[in-house]
Amino acid sequence: MGEQSKAIIDADSQVYMRKRNGTIKRWSKLLLRSKTGTVGLLIVFFITLVAVFAPILAPHDPNAINPGGLHVPPSWMEGGSAEHLLGTDNLGRDILSRIIYGSQVSLLVGIAAVLLSGIIGVCIGLIAGFYGGLLDNILMRFVDSFLAIPTILFSLVFLAVFGPSIITLIIVLGLTNWTSYARLVRGEVLSIKERDFVRAARSIGVKNNKIIIRHLLPNVISTFIVISTLSVASTIILESSLSFLGLGIQPPTVSWGTVLSDGRDYLATSWWLATFPGIAITITVLGIIFLGDWLRDVLDPRTK
Amino acid sequence: MMHYIVRRMLQIIPVLLIISFIVFTLVFIAGDPVALMLPEDAALEEIEQLRESLGLNEPFYIQYGNYVFRMIQGDFGESFRYGQDALSVVLERLPATFELAIAAIVIAIMIAIPFGIWSATKQNSSIDLIATGAAVVGKAMPNFWLGIMLILLFSVTLGVLPVSGRGSIAHLILPAITLGTGIAAEMTRLIRSSMLEILNQDYIRTAKSKGIKSVHVIYKHAFRNALIPFVTITALQTSTLIGGALITETVFAWPGIGQLLIQAVNTRDMAIVQACVMIIAAIVILMNLLADIIYRILDPRIKLN
Repeated sequence: MGEQSKAIIDADSQVYMRKRNGTIKRWSKLLLRSKTGTVGLLIVFFITLVAVFAPILAPHDPNAINPGGLHVPPSWMEGGSAEHLLGTDNLGRDILSRIIYGSQVSLLVGIAAVLLSGIIGVCIGLIAGFYGGLLDNILMRFVDSFLAIPTILFSLVFLAVFGPSIITLIIVLGLTNWTSYARLVRGEVLSIKERDFVRAARSIGVKNNKIIIRHLLPNVISTFIVISTLSVASTIILESSLSFLGLGIQPPTVSWGTVLSDGRDYLATSWWLATFPGIAITITVLGIIFLGDWLRDVLDPRTK
Repeated sequence: MMHYIVRRMLQIIPVLLIISFIVFTLVFIAGDPVALMLPEDAALEEIEQLRESLGLNEPFYIQYGNYVFRMIQGDFGESFRYGQDALSVVLERLPATFELAIAAIVIAIMIAIPFGIWSATKQNSSIDLIATGAAVVGKAMPNFWLGIMLILLFSVTLGVLPVSGRGSIAHLILPAITLGTGIAAEMTRLIRSSMLEILNQDYIRTAKSKGIKSVHVIYKHAFRNALIPFVTITALQTSTLIGGALITETVFAWPGIGQLLIQAVNTRDMAIVQACVMIIAAIVILMNLLADIIYRILDPRIKLN
């Protein structure tokens, strides 16, 4: 007993995990087979590069005011200049540079908030699913209450109370989004904990914490990855909506939502101000959704 | 049936209590409203007096108890911006939001039913691919941006529809399209999948094998049954719909509860914020309950327990 049986349990648990997650070779084969998956990955890769190298890529300082060149149209239009590819706004700021810098905020807020909600949600899901009973009941009632009302509603209450800033925004979006993880992870745990390797681990007296960390956590990672990817997409939309409403990112930090909201007042004269940031959001979110859908097809055992 | 409805109604209470608890805790953490109510040079005694009269010196749980007690009586406090009872300010705005929501649902249904049936009966045809593609792009596009693009096209460039405000049918068109397309994608997907499921049932195959025209089979046998989940789907969209209305109303300066809430958040008018949140939560939860009940009435296969 002891060491040997633990090793067998570990091996069994790993086989189960590998069966579900597959190998890198299988992944890349599956990726190439899916057109949307490949497109999604390329878009996400491209946006990430833009965000990381924004200071090098942006032709201008995104906040540089230029009184000599207000409302310059995109370069291919009459009166446009090659210096400002996508034109300038009411303060003469370069739209392309603002969009390039805006990608940083979108990705930062999107990923940070999703990681925060993922950690909260996975922990609660693991605990609720593993221990069950009254604790599970209370936690799930809490999840139901959260799911009952629109996500944006809680975000608004948070923002009304704490005031807008990038940190509040990440915390707010992180705290309002954990419920979907909790629910799905709990469901997974309920089925995994009936597997032989978990029962065996219990029977030889492995501690609960250790079972959760060694056997359950690795097995819900795939669920975590799928929901996370798709959540980044919805979080980016939510962030841009809140910034658009003036409740999210505050100047001088540039966000696609604030660029859009600046442009809203000049629709009659300068259509490009509100148009391009929206296209940037749509393409980014589309890429993430493609990637997420593909990941779900590959990782989700229910769709296999 | 009555027994079931009563039981479900009772289940709403803990959910609303949890929501009110979260909201109250947040407002409690935010700190003292007294600072906002009195001039900066107010005497300490004066502050203390106001705190005492508002019950702010009580411990947390007593304050929460009082809060719930007042809330049950419909007292959410006074809006400092409007100078009246917060609940009546919120209720005044509700008809505008309902008007917009109903128009949006009508538009969503007009898009979702034909496209859902179409793409289910002609799977993998070009229409199916276009409908599915449009749904994905629609999901990726922020709703408020679609609204702005519609204003750009129909109000600014073509000049055929008003930019914002409420009044005539013309004012309603753009916000309703913006809000409606937001839920149409999800509805189309759900109609498509419920149609597909039904088209594979034995009674459809029997009907087809008897030589009944396929149009007849689709509408009389399949679609009618697909309507059952559809009613539920529509009611369950309330949450998405109200979430979307918050932003759509602001984009189009539509004087509903969404615009009110966003303004209240901006001005930190907490009485209005709390009243809005509780009213919206109650509406969403009631609609979900209604969806369940209708579903059970329409589908005799589901037994009440």
